[in-house]
Amino acid sequence: MNVLFFLCGFIAVVFVLFISVYLIISGLPAIQEIGLVDFLFGTTWASTASEPSFGILPFILTSIYGTAGAIVLGVPVGFMTAVFLAKVAPPKLAAVVRPAVDLLAGIPSVVYGLIGMMVLVPAVREFFNLPDGASLFCAIIVLAVMILPSIISVSENALKAVPREYEEASLALGATHIETVFRVSVPAASSGIAASVVLGIGRAIGEAMAIIMVAGNVANMPGLFKSVRFLTTAVASEMAYASGLQRQALFSIALVLFLFIMLINVVLNTLLKRKKG
Amino acid sequence: MKKRTLALMLSAALCVGLLAGCGGSNTGSANTPAGNSPAVTESETPDNTTELSGTVNTNGSTSMESVMGYLTEGFKEVQPGITVNYTGSGSGAGVTGAQDGTCDIGLASRDLKDDETGVKQITVAKDGIAIIVNPQNPVADLSVEQIAALATGEITNWSEVGGNDGEVVFIGREAGSGTRDGFESITGTEDACKYQNELTSTGEVIANVASNPNAIGYASLSAVDETVKAITVGGVAPTEETVLDGSYAIQRNFNFIVNESTELSDAAQAFIDWATSAEAADLIASAGAVPVAE
Repeated sequence: MNVLFFLCGFIAVVFVLFISVYLIISGLPAIQEIGLVDFLFGTTWASTASEPSFGILPFILTSIYGTAGAIVLGVPVGFMTAVFLAKVAPPKLAAVVRPAVDLLAGIPSVVYGLIGMMVLVPAVREFFNLPDGASLFCAIIVLAVMILPSIISVSENALKAVPREYEEASLALGATHIETVFRVSVPAASSGIAASVVLGIGRAIGEAMAIIMVAGNVANMPGLFKSVRFLTTAVASEMAYASGLQRQALFSIALVLFLFIMLINVVLNTLLKRKKG
Repeated sequence: MKKRTLALMLSAALCVGLLAGCGGSNTGSANTPAGNSPAVTESETPDNTTELSGTVNTNGSTSMESVMGYLTEGFKEVQPGITVNYTGSGSGAGVTGAQDGTCDIGLASRDLKDDETGVKQITVAKDGIAIIVNPQNPVADLSVEQIAALATGEITNWSEVGGNDGEVVFIGREAGSGTRDGFESITGTEDACKYQNELTSTGEVIANVASNPNAIGYASLSAVDETVKAITVGGVAPTEETVLDGSYAIQRNFNFIVNESTELSDAAQAFIDWATSAEAADLIASAGAVPVAE
């Protein structure tokens, strides 16, 4: 029986190693050919031009700005919802809100993208009186909604794990319920809440399907109401017909994204470890 | 600690696995578009009375990938013994390949130039590209020059071409798309287009143009539906007839390029005969091009 468990675990490891190695092997040649500095800091991406250039700085910056924007919008809402669910909401109301949050997590990203494309993009165009609504702004809003569930559920669990004695001590000293929540429970759960934010970052930076439908996908340097392309969408949008160096460069973008996500996971693990330790 | 490293690697690799999966499946589907193509019925044309075998190597235009995908799948039904290989490397490489004999049939999504000698072209299909605007847009006719100026951002307001006051939103396809390559090469706007939106499918282009009153885009003729307005170019409406008789300007030929001095193999000749026959016309139409065979 033990052998079976071992084999199953081994299969997972093999896949992990295979994918990592494959990505590194297929991602490095283009970086070598283009040059690391030109690749990472070049501001022009024109993969099929007669004089092709492969600078992915616009994608990197867009991914960073987009993720940061989603965090700025999503974290306050998600955090307050978590506080509400864990400490404030009457049980009956929480029983309605919690499944709704879970349901939000279960909606496929293509549905977010479709609704964003059909409803959000035209609405943004009308509201801000723009020629076209597909922009970084729309992508940020879609990402902010998409990261809510992970922020809410992880933060809520962290808040619930705060020992009752802490809060009782605070209440016994005469603090109000809200004071207790924000002065005692939240600081005690801070590493868990931080972990939820990092998890949100991870989700936002890796998302492709939803934002490819609302961001416009032009390789511009990022601007709030400009049509932009993320690291993920850069790979997804050109892969179908790519060939030669263009195709290799797309793998290199995937490699850069891989490193970003690794970094986020390292941060996440450090946070979670600190929580336990 | 070890466990955590493993979990970390696992989650990271899963994310990347998703990406790798995307790439793989995309190329897969691009090579075998005939999954949903109509089955080719065995017919009584003289070509397939004899069973041939062999390999036909084709090389060239990436714009013809879709057409070639449908044709090679369809041809398998007619001549199961013949394998037709396709390599997408660009029209120029297709012509060179036919000249120096590195492939049996070169593929070019343009006509031969005067200095490309020793080869001849056989037109298998025509590619008509419709210029689409929102139905609310009063502009109904543009010249090729005006379209090029709209695409490159020289004209930024619809009022300059007789429309309402409104900023032009130019919507197109992603780099590498055959339709994009076709549009840009015909209008002479290679690498100069100022896109507001680069989408990965014709359907998305049409959906975006349908939802934005200031949008202009391009799409394969066969994909245009009533949610958008296909404008006339120089007074000529884009239809199969105007593409075939050459009066509609935004079109190009899909050509087989064959060497004039070396004789084609039986297998290659059979493929060309079949592809230019009426039998393959439906497949070519399914791929979004206009068949030339009657």
